[in-house]
Parts: sequence; structure tokens; C-alpha cells
Amino acid sequence: MAMNWFKYSSPSTFYPLASKMIPVFMTLAILLTLGGLYWGFFETPEVLSDQKQYYKIIYVHVASAWMAMWLYVVMVGWAVLGLIFNTRMSYIVASATAVTGAIMTALSLWTGAFWGQTSWGTWWDWDPRMTTQLILLFLYIGYIALQSAIEDTRRSDRASAVLAIVGLAIVPVIYYSINCPNPNECASLHQESSLKRIESNILIAMMVTVAGFWMYCFAVILMRVRNIILQRESHTQWVERLEVSK
Amino acid sequence: MFDSFVALLKRDLLLAMRRRSDIFTVLFFFIIVVSIFPLGISFEQAVLQKIAPGVVWVAALLASTLALERIFANDYADGTLEQMLLTPQPLWVLVFAKTLAHWLLTGLPLVLIAPLAGLQYHLSASTIGTMMLVLLIGTPILSMVGAIGAALTLGLRGGGILISLLVLPLYVPVLVYGSGAIEAAMQGDVSLQPYYLLLSAFLLLALVFTPWATAASLRISVE
Amino acid sequence: MSEFFAMGGYGFYVWSSMGMVLFLMLLEPIVLKVQHGRLIKYIQRQKRRQAARSNTPASASTAGQNES
Repeated sequence: MAMNWFKYSSPSTFYPLASKMIPVFMTLAILLTLGGLYWGFFETPEVLSDQKQYYKIIYVHVASAWMAMWLYVVMVGWAVLGLIFNTRMSYIVASATAVTGAIMTALSLWTGAFWGQTSWGTWWDWDPRMTTQLILLFLYIGYIALQSAIEDTRRSDRASAVLAIVGLAIVPVIYYSINCPNPNECASLHQESSLKRIESNILIAMMVTVAGFWMYCFAVILMRVRNIILQRESHTQWVERLEVSK
Repeated sequence: MFDSFVALLKRDLLLAMRRRSDIFTVLFFFIIVVSIFPLGISFEQAVLQKIAPGVVWVAALLASTLALERIFANDYADGTLEQMLLTPQPLWVLVFAKTLAHWLLTGLPLVLIAPLAGLQYHLSASTIGTMMLVLLIGTPILSMVGAIGAALTLGLRGGGILISLLVLPLYVPVLVYGSGAIEAAMQGDVSLQPYYLLLSAFLLLALVFTPWATAASLRISVE
Repeated sequence: MSEFFAMGGYGFYVWSSMGMVLFLMLLEPIVLKVQHGRLIKYIQRQKRRQAARSNTPASASTAGQNES
């Protein structure tokens, strides 16, 4: 059984697998995202009166923000696997995840600004969540910058892996410190998760949209992984023998 | 093991003493940054007192990140670093010695020159005292966390700026509580103990984890 | 229909957000697809050049070895 874990850890076996999975994930992404947004836009007239139509931004804001956070964890997961098992594929997936993660973070900041302007009256407010998203963007960019600054592939993979791990370790501390800059007043700092208070139709739409974003991210990350594989392995025989159909 | 620690520490300090200008450039950078803010913002006492904690800390962060390259750069350039990786001594001990030397040369002077900034921003004596103490606890954290960045970016072009890009987000908690403490000290009736406790906790965590992370980063960069 | 676009007066905000989402989520896959095509072409060109080189008389004897 131990053998099977590493079956797809070689670029030559992963590539065809990725090629097969990309259309599946893309289709699911389109269905789920459009489905979720449709639900959110059209099945919630009772809750979202005219004064609150801006609330519809929340579907994409929450989806992109959650993806931004989860993709970072996913990226660190692959980085850790790469450091432990020394598998090239792990590092490739980590690098691919970084770019999509950065895009999601930027999207969350953009939609967050519009959300802020409509619901709080200001384009930017240094609240803990948005500020942590901003810092997360810096962490992604740092990862990407370090990767591109180092020419040797092996060194750049491992260095950015370490950077990502250090970043992940510090992110909770960063969130805590912004959330609670005055420790004297922070006895009950935990922001009550607002998920419980959301009306069920909106919640369903939100969750479905999040699922759609997940599928999209899988598809796009796999596309990027394929491209990175082609770039890195262009001199190998299996690449040269690739069927030209895709 | 302790002997090699002391030996390396003495060596780094001695080498730095021969080029004392390095220490002063960091100090003057700090002073210049601190002096520029009032010119760009306002000369009013009330305003200056309000922005002082943040300005002093940001200046300390920037001065710290710009000096980080130096921890390993010279040894990397002349091959000494590779020798250090080959010795039987645990690498984290050597890393700790170098980081400590770096802090003594760049962080500690900042602590000592901080009263000057305090005067420029019309801070009271007790506030300046808090500021020095908080910088004393915080700057070692900056050196230690920054050392990881220095180790990862060994020998790369874009040096100081790249390190800053990587390391500044990681400094945020120290910045928040460090400047928060100074601000609280100015208010007078707020307890400073939680701030000191938090910063000391960060320092302890950094002491435990960063030398090992820096050592791992060095191995990655030098192989 | 126009009510849908107006979004109770918040149309600018809602559609700017949705618009950017759509834009990026279309742009990313398209860019990746184009990059993929370019990489495949590049690799094929390399393959042809390799084949051409190994077909010259001087290296005809090693052509057999290249196949393995």
C-alpha cells in the first residue's frame, strides 16, 4: 500500500491525471458558482429588500476570502510534504497554489472594499479580517518574489517552502494582535462567528458559491501545475512523446 | 559547544568593530527616518506625541531590515559560512551567536539612541523609559526573525529590499504591541504589564524556534 | 430587468464586484491555456530540432542510440 501513495508523485504520471481532472473541475466550478449565485440573487427577495441589495456582494466576498486563507494552508501543506519527502511534484503544486491564492486574496480585498463602502460607509477600515487579508497578500507576494529571485530550482523550492511555513506560524499571531491591540480590554476578544445568524437561503447560496470557487481553484491550479511541469521537464522523453491533442 | 558560541560571538563583534561605520549607518538611518516624519506631517506637539510610538517603531523596523543582510553576507562571500556548516557544532548555536552579535551591533544601539527620538517628539521621561524597555525586548525579536529572511536570501540580488518584503509582515505583532505599549504609557492609567508579558512571550518563542529555522534556511541556501 | 441591474441603487457596487470576479476567473484560465499552447509548441520545436540534428550524416551512427 505504501507504494500507491507515491504513484502520482512523479511529473510523468501526474500530468495525464491533471489533464483528465481539469475539465471535470471546471465544469463543476461553473455549475456550482452560477448555481450558488443564482440562488443568492433570485431566491432571497424576502430577506434582501431594496435597501439591502448590496448584500449580494457577500457571496463572492466570503468565497474569495475563504479561498485566500485555505489556499495558503494548502500551499504550506504541499511545502511540508516537499520538505519531508523531497518530491518535486509537491513543490510544483505549492508554487501553483501560490499564484491562485494571491489572486483570490486580491479579489477578496477588492470585493471587501465595495462591501465596506456599502455596509459601513468606508472603502477601507482597518478591521482585523481585512487587514489580515492584506498581510496574507504580502505573504503570498513574498513567496512568489523569493521563488523568482532564486535561479536554482531546488533551492528556490525549498527556500520558499520554509518561508511559507514561517508565515503560516505567524498569521494567527498577526490576526490576534490586530484584533486585540490593547490587551487590557481583550478578555472576551473572540468575534462571535457570524455564520449562525445568517438566514438559511443566503447561507445555502454562500456555501454553494464557496464550493464553486473550490472547484475553480482546483481546476486552475492543476492547469498551472501542468504548465510548470512542461517548463521544468521539457528535456525529458515522456514530455517529448506527449500527445499533441491538448 | 558554549566555547564555540563565545568564540564566534567575540569574532563577529571584533570584525564589526574594525568597521565601526556600519553600526553608525544604521543609527543614522534610524535618526533620519525619525526626523523626517515631523517635516512631512506636522510640528505640533500634540500631533507628534500621537504619532511617536508608531514612527519610532516603524523606523526601528526599517533600520533593522536594512541591516539584516550583514548577518551572513560577509561570511558567505569568503567561504567561512560553508565551513561553519561543516563543523560538528550544532548549527543553531552558531546561528544564535551571529544573531546575538548582530543585535548587539544594530538593535541595542537603537535602544540607546531612542531617547533622542523621544525628545524630538516631546515624550515624557517615563514614556521614554517604557519606549526603551519595549525596544529592548522587541529588537532581539526583529533580529532573530529577520535572520531567517537573511538566511533564505543569501547571495541574491535585490538583497535589502527583498528581505524587507519577506520579513516586514512577520514583524506586525511586535509592531502592534510595541507601539501599543508606548501609547499606553502616555495615557498613564493603563497597565503596561500585559504588553510586557506578550512581548516577552514573543521573545521566548523566537529564542526557541528561530535559530533552528535559520539554520535550516542556511543549509538550504548553501548546499 | 432594469431593476436587476439597478440593485436598489447599489448597482455600481454589486456589479463592480461581480465584474472583477468574472474578469479574473476568466482571465486566469485563458492565460494558462495560452501559456500551455505556447509551451507545447516550444517543446515540439525542440523535438524537431533534435531530430534534424541527429539526422545529419555525421551523427547518423548515433541516431539509433538516441531512440532508447
